[in-house]
Amino acid sequence: MTRFRHLVARDLLTAWRRPGDVLLVLAFFLLAASLFPLGVGPEPQILQRIGPGVLWVAALFAAMLSLDRLFAEDLVDGSLEHLVLAPLPLELAALAKCLAHWLTGGLPLTLMSPALGLLFGLDGSQIAVLAVSLLLGTPSLSLLGGLGAALTLGARRGGALMSLLVLPLAVPVLIFGVGAVEALAGGAGSSNALVLLAAFFLVALASTPWAIAAALRQAVE
Amino acid sequence: MPALNAENLACRRGGRLVFTGLGFGLEQGEALLLTGRNGSGKSSLLRLLALMTPRLRGSLTWTGIEVAEQPEAWRLALAWLGHADAIKPDLTVRESLAGAQLLRKGRLDSLDHALGRFDLTAIADRPGRYLSAGQRRRAALARVMLSGAPIWLLDEPAAGLDEPSRGALHLTLREHMKSGGLAVISTHGDIHLPSARPIDLGEFAPSADALAEDWS
Repeated sequence: MTRFRHLVARDLLTAWRRPGDVLLVLAFFLLAASLFPLGVGPEPQILQRIGPGVLWVAALFAAMLSLDRLFAEDLVDGSLEHLVLAPLPLELAALAKCLAHWLTGGLPLTLMSPALGLLFGLDGSQIAVLAVSLLLGTPSLSLLGGLGAALTLGARRGGALMSLLVLPLAVPVLIFGVGAVEALAGGAGSSNALVLLAAFFLVALASTPWAIAAALRQAVE
Repeated sequence: MPALNAENLACRRGGRLVFTGLGFGLEQGEALLLTGRNGSGKSSLLRLLALMTPRLRGSLTWTGIEVAEQPEAWRLALAWLGHADAIKPDLTVRESLAGAQLLRKGRLDSLDHALGRFDLTAIADRPGRYLSAGQRRRAALARVMLSGAPIWLLDEPAAGLDEPSRGALHLTLREHMKSGGLAVISTHGDIHLPSARPIDLGEFAPSADALAEDWS
């Protein structure tokens, strides 16, 4: 467990030394989401109607942005060999990398979402549910993204290929995430969608580390 | 039986047979120098020993036990130096080394000693991105020394090193062997260890018979 902590701490320290990477993700999220009011016009009903979907899609794309550095740099500088040779299960190491990715990507996005929710005229309860759905959904995005990043290691134009791999897998997260907020408007409770988001996360947590580890072993072969 | 014993190893990479029928035995305190032309399989053998490249055939035992049966213990016994130096550009030399050592759950008390050996004390707090290729190599060698692992797998450790650093490398290797350590080192003739046994990988290039054989 201490090795797991050290790995997470090392990635966080790397991110801290290069704050531009995290700021880029947040700036993309902010910019992508705020283009929609300009594009579809400032009518409050429309904005409130499309707000949850727009914010979720923007968060999805923003999470993709930072994935290319998840394992690719480690492959180039040789650290990946040491990760594979480290005396902790590679599955745990993969999980540590995904956790660090979420802490420097999904979590800041989630914390920023209420401000953008206001921009779209969402009311208090909608903003709260949106934040909770992002909190439950973005960890799944980091895990699925980690799988995409590991599978496309060494591929040319890996970034585009990775998006093609990951985005279809992320569709359930998007549907339940948006569904949670929309259920509020429909008068139904949003707990069903949130529970499904949590369930999806647990399935991803239980399956992706093994797949990522297998892909990483393949990459250093 | 020797402490580290390899028999009849065969390796295939990218669909091509690299070597077949390779075997060696190493006692405590012995080193194996891998020589051979480019592409003869020196790096492949090192990667095979580290269980990164799958073994096509053969056995590899450490203290009498097949290493594939206890991969975690085997990895813990290894120190690895690959082509790339694995010095993180955003972390300082000290942080890179300490990070690698903590991942092994190793001790940090000899960190300054290892830094001093490879003349890294003055640049220990410099981020990896500002190091020259030779300095990065020295930092990677200091990491190997720090590991305290009994078996060192080094892929061209002297590449890019200046004369004093090469001396430090030789001193470190001799200390390692004197304390009972083993090493497998690929080299182009720039490593000189009296107790080391050279092995030319060119001799294990697959014969026509081996190539005709069905290896699937």
